[in-house]
Amino acid sequence: MSHRHTTLQHDRPSMPFWRLWGWPIVLGLLTAVGLVSALFSDGGAGDVLAWIALGIPVLVGAWYGWGRRASR
Amino acid sequence: MKAKAIKSWSWIHKWSSLVCTAFMLLLCVTGLPLIFHHEIGHLLGTEVEAPPMTGEADRQRVSLDEVIRNAHALHPDRVVQFVSPDEDDDRVWFVTLTPTPAPTDDFKSVAVDARNGQVLAQPKFDEGFMWVMFKLHVDLFAGLPGKLFLGLMGLLLLVAIVSGVVLYSPFMRKLEFGTVRRERRTRLKWLDLHNLLGIVTLVWAFVVGATGMINTWADLLIKYWQYDQLSHILQPYQGQPLVPAAERASVQKSLDVALATAPHTKPSFIAFPGTAFSSPHHNTVFLRGNEPLTSKLLHPVLVDAKTNAVTASPALPWYLTALLVSQPLHFGDYGGMPMQIIWAVLDIATIIVLGSGLYLWLKRGDPTHVHAPKEARAGPSPGAVPPLGEPGLAGHAARSRAEAGQASSLGTSA
Repeated sequence: MSHRHTTLQHDRPSMPFWRLWGWPIVLGLLTAVGLVSALFSDGGAGDVLAWIALGIPVLVGAWYGWGRRASR
Repeated sequence: MKAKAIKSWSWIHKWSSLVCTAFMLLLCVTGLPLIFHHEIGHLLGTEVEAPPMTGEADRQRVSLDEVIRNAHALHPDRVVQFVSPDEDDDRVWFVTLTPTPAPTDDFKSVAVDARNGQVLAQPKFDEGFMWVMFKLHVDLFAGLPGKLFLGLMGLLLLVAIVSGVVLYSPFMRKLEFGTVRRERRTRLKWLDLHNLLGIVTLVWAFVVGATGMINTWADLLIKYWQYDQLSHILQPYQGQPLVPAAERASVQKSLDVALATAPHTKPSFIAFPGTAFSSPHHNTVFLRGNEPLTSKLLHPVLVDAKTNAVTASPALPWYLTALLVSQPLHFGDYGGMPMQIIWAVLDIATIIVLGSGLYLWLKRGDPTHVHAPKEARAGPSPGAVPPLGEPGLAGHAARSRAEAGQASSLGTSA
């Protein structure tokens, strides 16, 4: 896995749209849902939904940024 | 994307970020403790708390006029600008006293027990660590010009975010999501982390940046509201001076008649005659709803300060509604402690994005790419890493060095 990225990849084709933007769009939508859902809730289900929806992008960032290296 | 377009977006991204980065770092650092200002105030013992009482003593309420009288007695040379109940505890009133009705940083706050009218504390909001953090975050101790300046920096942040998203495509189109190339040079690792954390925090940073910018316009929006909506309501009062304190009727009565106009509401604050949120002739009672969302929206009721007749209760215009909704979205205080912690983590992630962006710019003159050896352009040697470490552009480099040089303008041009 790690070797795939150590070479220049100009011979590899560009990724299709969803391959490139799929995760960013999913994480962006999750963030938006989290930000809005807590507005309609006061200590209820909307808050819990917000923690989950906002927590996932945080965990994804932490995992790819640092967690994955530690687990190798 | 065409190399020329990449060059243009790179230029936009570079300069919008460079100009605002120092201020954004300041805002992120000062904003971090502000996320927890209630908890920090509680720990420091600066939060006002109503002493426990039982039964009837806990339920009874003295007249708001007595509350105001007792607070005013501590500062007889000042005028009352606002009174407001504690947001989470209606047993505590806060009375704000200033030298004149004009907006000022020179204010005294008196907390009064709503049950017996006794003064509980005189919290000093205008000193200490949290006040310094707050002022640096809001206006750099420079009043309205400072606010508007930070709003402009916020606008640049939004430009940097949008241009960063545009550049995400040429940088990442040949890499799997989340790729962080650690085996190579440090600069490449930080480029990948910059892209990863930037895209992960994208929507949050945009929302917090945009709502922060909107908040810097609060003073202007309120002034515009007075001009736009209050001026015609106040037509009949034209030429009359500020209602003298001696001629004012009961404030408790003002509150009562305001509450009677709108069921299922509670007071947010009462602005006294001549203050920024009222008119020279009215006690303006700002009511808020009981539902989670409506509790964040305000409904003003203008009550004649002499007669306690309701003059008007104009619907809040859209721009003030937008301002009020943008406040929780900026503060992150509307979803409990887990949300505050998420806010803090995202704030730190943003600091890393800002810091890595600055690092990438400082390291732009890395000589390994300026005179990259010929074979390196196609080969896997470390020297082959293009200026931005962007594999998609390396293909361009093999075809046209000039094009690659353009595309790398983010990192190389001065």
